[in-house]
Amino acid sequence: MEIINLEGTEDTPKILLDKGNGIFEISGRSLPEDSAEFYQPILDWINAYGEDPNPETSFVFKLEYFNTASSKLILDVLSALEEIDNVTINWYFHEDDEDMEEAGEEFSELVEIPFEFNTY
Amino acid sequence: MLSRNLILVYEGEFTQEITKSVLAMAERNMDSMGEESSIKRKVFNVMVECLQNIVKHSDDFNPLSAKRNAAIFIIGKEDDRYVVTSGNPVDTDAANSLKIRIDEINGLDKEGLKKMYKDIIKTNHLSNKGGAGLGFVDMARKSGQKLEYDFEDMGEGFHFFSITTTILRF
Repeated sequence: MEIINLEGTEDTPKILLDKGNGIFEISGRSLPEDSAEFYQPILDWINAYGEDPNPETSFVFKLEYFNTASSKLILDVLSALEEIDNVTINWYFHEDDEDMEEAGEEFSELVEIPFEFNTY
Repeated sequence: MLSRNLILVYEGEFTQEITKSVLAMAERNMDSMGEESSIKRKVFNVMVECLQNIVKHSDDFNPLSAKRNAAIFIIGKEDDRYVVTSGNPVDTDAANSLKIRIDEINGLDKEGLKKMYKDIIKTNHLSNKGGAGLGFVDMARKSGQKLEYDFEDMGEGFHFFSITTTILRF
């Protein structure tokens, strides 16, 4: 399966989706002008991955900041992951970032996937 | 006496590129003042929602009248707070629905805002402008303060809508 490897920019996150090496990560800042357009290839990739996933998938979110339009798309990403067996979300937040911690908790209440919380 | 400083005032065309520049300048300014990262993130958050609101709605108005496209963004700092204000022209229908929406948000406590956020994110689809309908709720949640707003009559069915969010530093 193709690898998605996008460098982060000042308004888009770094994204690494690599089935072979079992690395799935979205990190950095997400405030693109058109969040639906930005996330569509990610959603397509996850849906394709779901056809033949690894036995276990640990998906990392390590976001510094995201805007509200991105939050809707992050929920779409989580909903796509919800369809796949044995997925765990690793939600990272900066140790003094209560808002990012709370955002992770809220997402965890909206989907049926186990979340692990870590600070960085 | 409280001292009040303007960090940045911008008036004119709003685009994603300008949003990024404004954010970078305000961020550098807060960095140079040694602001705490938790406060910086909240201010950044509120700035993004304000700026992207203006970008999304900047083509709603009569393109023949440049005056009506004039939007404004201000960030100021007092001893104990940051104040973020944005303003843009809206028509009467938009003014009425904005008033209802912000009053509803201001009537909610922390738990009420959290519930509203979750209800909207679960059920709403992105608008054709790419908005999630979450911006004001998020500004109220991140700031922990009521949103202040004003509508100034511009004539010919237009109002200048301004919204101010306060982020306390302590």
